[in-house]
Amino acid sequence: VTGQLMIAVPRGTLFEGTLDLLDRLGVNTGEVRSNQRKLLFAEAGIVTMRPSDVPTYVEHGSADIGITGKDVLLEQSQRKVYELLDLGYGRCRMVVAARDGGDPVGEALRRLGRVRVATKYPRIAARHFAETGRQAEVVEVKGSVELAPLTGLVDAIVDLTASGRTLAENQLRVIEEIEVCTARLIANPVAHKLKAERIDALVERIRAR
Amino acid sequence: MTHPIPPGTRDVLPDEMRELRALTDRLRRTFEEAGYGEVYTPVLEYEEVLRRGDYAAAGAAYRLFDEHGEVLALRSDTTIPIARVVATRYREAAPPFRLCYFAHAYRAVDRGVGEPREFLQGGVELIGVPGPEGEAEVVALTVAALDEAGLRRHRVGVGDGSLYRSLLFSLEVPEDRHLPLLECLSRRDLVGLDLGISALGLAKRERELLVRLPELRGGPAVLDRADGPAAEAVEGLRGLHELLAQRGMAERVIFDLGLVRELGYYTGAVFEVYDPAVGFALGGGGRYDELLGRFGRDLPACGIGLDVQRVHLAQAAEERFA
Repeated sequence: VTGQLMIAVPRGTLFEGTLDLLDRLGVNTGEVRSNQRKLLFAEAGIVTMRPSDVPTYVEHGSADIGITGKDVLLEQSQRKVYELLDLGYGRCRMVVAARDGGDPVGEALRRLGRVRVATKYPRIAARHFAETGRQAEVVEVKGSVELAPLTGLVDAIVDLTASGRTLAENQLRVIEEIEVCTARLIANPVAHKLKAERIDALVERIRAR
Repeated sequence: MTHPIPPGTRDVLPDEMRELRALTDRLRRTFEEAGYGEVYTPVLEYEEVLRRGDYAAAGAAYRLFDEHGEVLALRSDTTIPIARVVATRYREAAPPFRLCYFAHAYRAVDRGVGEPREFLQGGVELIGVPGPEGEAEVVALTVAALDEAGLRRHRVGVGDGSLYRSLLFSLEVPEDRHLPLLECLSRRDLVGLDLGISALGLAKRERELLVRLPELRGGPAVLDRADGPAAEAVEGLRGLHELLAQRGMAERVIFDLGLVRELGYYTGAVFEVYDPAVGFALGGGGRYDELLGRFGRDLPACGIGLDVQRVHLAQAAEERFA
């Protein structure tokens, strides 16, 4: 069905939705579903990886097309990949959140002239605060971001949330929405030209779905 | 103890150097045999002079002061210096001028990995021949030079850098909306482009045209699919196709109606060079009919530059493929 196109498929929260989409397009994802450790499925034309690696493989042409979240594309906006389609699933929001009660962000800005922000998305966070004219000190963390404001490390966090449940359980509340993020179909610029027919056929089938 | 060199620069040792030299020799021979004489221009130029060529493109990343306090810049491309050379050194000579070059250029790197700060460009400039004859000659020569270099599956993408903008004008899209749309187009953020266009409140047919045009790429049939106000705009590309077909080169060209190049001095046709073995363009170029005039000699011109390092990558990959 994908006719020799190599597709980068994200493991993690977008994995199921992506395999469901590929199933509907007639790609046989059985082997991918049943084999959690294998990474490359040459016959199905699928290679699986972390969502944040998808733009890397697609930019270099190791995969012709790929699926990843808009959050990843915003964070890696320097990547030279084409964004072809909004696939609609995997919907979540990139937000600024702070401790419930009071106004920790406003308070920090007023008294200290800057707000400290923890995030796994340093570029998105820095861009958002710069665009809204506020000075921010961005602290990059790798693990649970929710911990940072609770321990006094920062005044606020920038993170992705689907239901908001984790935030609520940690006494955090959303104070600003930066962007709604969904799964996107991306393409390598050279593949987009040299394999135009195959890519267009796939895009048309997804659109018609 | 390490003795680092700046990210994006590299040392070249004899094995690689021999291959690079053989590659540039082949390209140079093809260019020379087609009548393109090689020129060399200084790595350092007066920044003010480069800026006369193109304010944005000449925004060289590396500047320094000379002993008199003048601002010098490391060239960030070769086309502007060659426009300067033609306008000053060939002031009285009769056009056309066919020139080729192999020269290092310097650009800032956005991020550490892979992007070169210093890169070797090899290319041709055809000055004094208007479109589409000029484009046909330059595209055909590029394809032939890469054939000579051992590539087999390369293609040249051809578009019109002013196409989308003129379409926006003809559909009377307010001018303050152009820039965000053109930026989406240049990144090929088709989702963002669709959103931006939908917000304009155009009729369905016009909306469809603006959304679908950047997706049109392939053989000459795509030119027929550009209808309405776009049909007239692709006439130039149709002429180019006919000339390339006469040269037996039609199969080597991909028409790409969404193609735009980042440099600001292009006025019409734009090119990008691809090989399936490499995930990024090997080079590019286009028509720049106003650049020479800014140096005082008003002549139409076009050219293509290849990133020699990337062509070498493609060459190595094609050897494995063959």
